[in-house]
Amino acid sequence: MIDLAEASACDIAGAVERGEASVAAVVEAALGRIERCDPALNAFTDVAAERARRRAAALDGRRAKGEKLGPLAGVPFAVKNLFDVAGLATRAGSKINRELPAAARDAPLIERLEAAGAVLIGALNMGEYAYDFTGENVHDGPSRNPHDTGRMTGGSSGGSGAAVAGRLVPLALGSDTNGSIRVPASLCGLFGLKPTYGRLTRARSFPFVTSLDHVGPLGRSAADLAAAYDAMQGPDPEDPVCALRPVEPTMPLLGKKLEGLRIATAGGYFSKGQSLPGRAAIAAVAAALNATAEIEWPHAARARAAAFIITAAEGACLHVDRLRRRPNDYDPAVRDRLIAGAMVPAIAVEQAQKFRRWYRGEVAALFRDVDAVIAPATPCTAPRIGEESFVLDGATMPLRANLGIYTQPISFIGLPVVVVPVPLSPLPIGVQIIAAPWREDVALRIAHALEAMGVVAAPKPPG
Amino acid sequence: MTANELDDFITASARALALPVDPAWYPAIRANLETTLRLAAVVAEFALPDDAEPAPVFRA
Repeated sequence: MIDLAEASACDIAGAVERGEASVAAVVEAALGRIERCDPALNAFTDVAAERARRRAAALDGRRAKGEKLGPLAGVPFAVKNLFDVAGLATRAGSKINRELPAAARDAPLIERLEAAGAVLIGALNMGEYAYDFTGENVHDGPSRNPHDTGRMTGGSSGGSGAAVAGRLVPLALGSDTNGSIRVPASLCGLFGLKPTYGRLTRARSFPFVTSLDHVGPLGRSAADLAAAYDAMQGPDPEDPVCALRPVEPTMPLLGKKLEGLRIATAGGYFSKGQSLPGRAAIAAVAAALNATAEIEWPHAARARAAAFIITAAEGACLHVDRLRRRPNDYDPAVRDRLIAGAMVPAIAVEQAQKFRRWYRGEVAALFRDVDAVIAPATPCTAPRIGEESFVLDGATMPLRANLGIYTQPISFIGLPVVVVPVPLSPLPIGVQIIAAPWREDVALRIAHALEAMGVVAAPKPPG
Repeated sequence: MTANELDDFITASARALALPVDPAWYPAIRANLETTLRLAAVVAEFALPDDAEPAPVFRA
């Protein structure tokens, strides 16, 4: 009998298709785990139990008639609460948005996952309006790291990290503007995919910085990311940024050998400021991949600076009217960042956007010589909840702004990244596998190979 | 800019943008603005040609 808590999404789909488990049993098991474990993790803000049960019954009925349910048959999943879920107000981690009318329709990514057989179980905690790297939330309380509930999940997709690492669901969706999938994947010990900018539709999700917003899955294996990613690809006229590219399945390429791939480690900016676990994780991954070359990533610090400016200004633009009307209903830390962002000179934003295109060209040149680059995901393992600073290279640094120092220069130009978890003790930490635009397949293949070698894995939390 | 100059800038900007700013919020807003302006200088010091295209709708 399959262990439904520990099973991957692909394992569950296989068991359902073979008739070894009903969707109803899978869904009830997930709901039971949420009931038992979520009070300690605070991952879920909404549990859609009745919806999930109805859908499970419908899927079991279809299977009984001999229908194929799809590659994610019966897989329970949950979404960061900035995705529209029919019947729920899309709160986006805020107090203000929960007064909005309930969404009339699910976000297209939910529709696409459900079309592949998956079952939505609920919506997940997140940092307010996604302006967060910690997973803390003043309105809903912090999501808690399953490996140590006194520690941060990382954010802003903190509930997504807690739900998957805590074995409540095998798969969750998050969003990533500057690192909000990759930081929780690193701190919670998960695989996370931030696809190429424009690859997955963001329609019917609450935005943050449209120039930089991405969406993607978190899971406990590279194959689960690939299965979810393949189900969610494809154009969508509802998101003007969503690419017109056809679906390019990654699953069939996952087991392809790595021979011939040129993999290097990012030096310079990316080799500074790392903790001992971060260094150990990079060394383990580089050794397993025989990645002996080190490349100098061009202008990473300036790219991070430009991403910071665009984030501040676009985030403020999105919120300025709410800031005028209801400043006291924001998390004060988010409000003060947004107000400061409203005051950034337009020239600074335009210079950042000009730099962005120039930098894209520089990095594209780098990918003529390599197929993938290894870089740290976070400068440290999960900090304690409420911690405000940390020591890096002997210097005390503000924690909130700096958890994303290694992720921001990459998402700034929309490169696809898979974060792989290195199961160090007592806490895991992630490593970024960065590929050229539209080459998610390369990053997923490398992640899958590392998993097969036993170098990376989503560790089981204690208890 | 000094702290006083930044506070003057915050006051004037808040008025221009019709943003309510409580005096108690000034230190945090100032700290955030200081960081952003410092980073803006990092971007601005890197000269780009006049015909450099911005990327407001970015295509990877």
